[in-house]
Amino acid sequence: MNMRVNGEDYQAETGLTIGQLLHRLGLQAERVVLEINTNIINAADSTDTELHDGDNLEIIQFVGGG
Amino acid sequence: MLIKGTETMDSLVIAGRKFNSRLMVGTGKFSSNQAMQSAMEASGCEIVTVALRRVDINNPGDSMLQYIDRERYLLLPNTSGARDAEEAVRLARLACAAGCEPWIKLEITPDPYYLLPDPIETLKAAIILIKEGFNVLPYMPADPVLARHLEEAGCVTVMPLGAPIGTNRGMRTRDLINIIIEQANVPVVVDAGLGAPSHVAEAMEIGADAVLVNTALADTPNPALMGEAFKKGVEAGRMAYLAGLGPQRVKAQASSPLTGFLREE
Repeated sequence: MNMRVNGEDYQAETGLTIGQLLHRLGLQAERVVLEINTNIINAADSTDTELHDGDNLEIIQFVGGG
Repeated sequence: MLIKGTETMDSLVIAGRKFNSRLMVGTGKFSSNQAMQSAMEASGCEIVTVALRRVDINNPGDSMLQYIDRERYLLLPNTSGARDAEEAVRLARLACAAGCEPWIKLEITPDPYYLLPDPIETLKAAIILIKEGFNVLPYMPADPVLARHLEEAGCVTVMPLGAPIGTNRGMRTRDLINIIIEQANVPVVVDAGLGAPSHVAEAMEIGADAVLVNTALADTPNPALMGEAFKKGVEAGRMAYLAGLGPQRVKAQASSPLTGFLREE
């Protein structure tokens, strides 16, 4: 299936979960927050949620800021 | 006498929560997470701001959160990067979903050159976020009328700028901040542009309740030493405010007796 992740095309097999995607990207669910098709998702609470073809993901984290 | 009004020298109350430090610290632009950590520690701050950004999925790097002890510091996410109310509300909701307490430093800066806050969009976003249960701390132009509107909307502080973000130019808006302090019923936090301990001392001397500093601590070879210097600046200014500064005069007023000179008058 084809998705968009942080503005880039991303291909993955059907049935990929949020937890698997984050693991693949080297990210800890506790340290990020997601938007899937503009819905805000707590990543740590949703690791078993399956992603779908055409999903548009934003993976967001805290960075230094004033 | 250290007590003036209901405040004591060592405690700042925002939204019913008590803080012993009146210095808030931003976490941006430090040369390393260790430098950030040492500046925070030396400054004695209890509130630290952070921003939200997209992860670089090709190079995720270290999360800076692991360098911030959440037991010790209240994480205050900002909405930096937002150009209008809609973007700011989105960032605030994301911060909350990321597990932060519902405290948000509202920051809407559509102008990329001076990063001046948009008063209309800030008020609009504040109203929405307060309705959703956020404690909103708005970064704002030093405009006493806007401060009143934001306070009436339910903001838990007002945060007028001393000078544009990152300029280190000090209390350029001093006269307007004076009016805001005189009229406000919520804590006044001077944010942005404070680049030296003397600047924060000046803000505190005129009665600001707190200050927020980032660039001045990050943009120095010794962030820990500068953190301590700012801590002392804030404390000195606060103490002077509580003690009560003497009036300014045009003509000299002798400090030594004007009698008993060793000469014939």
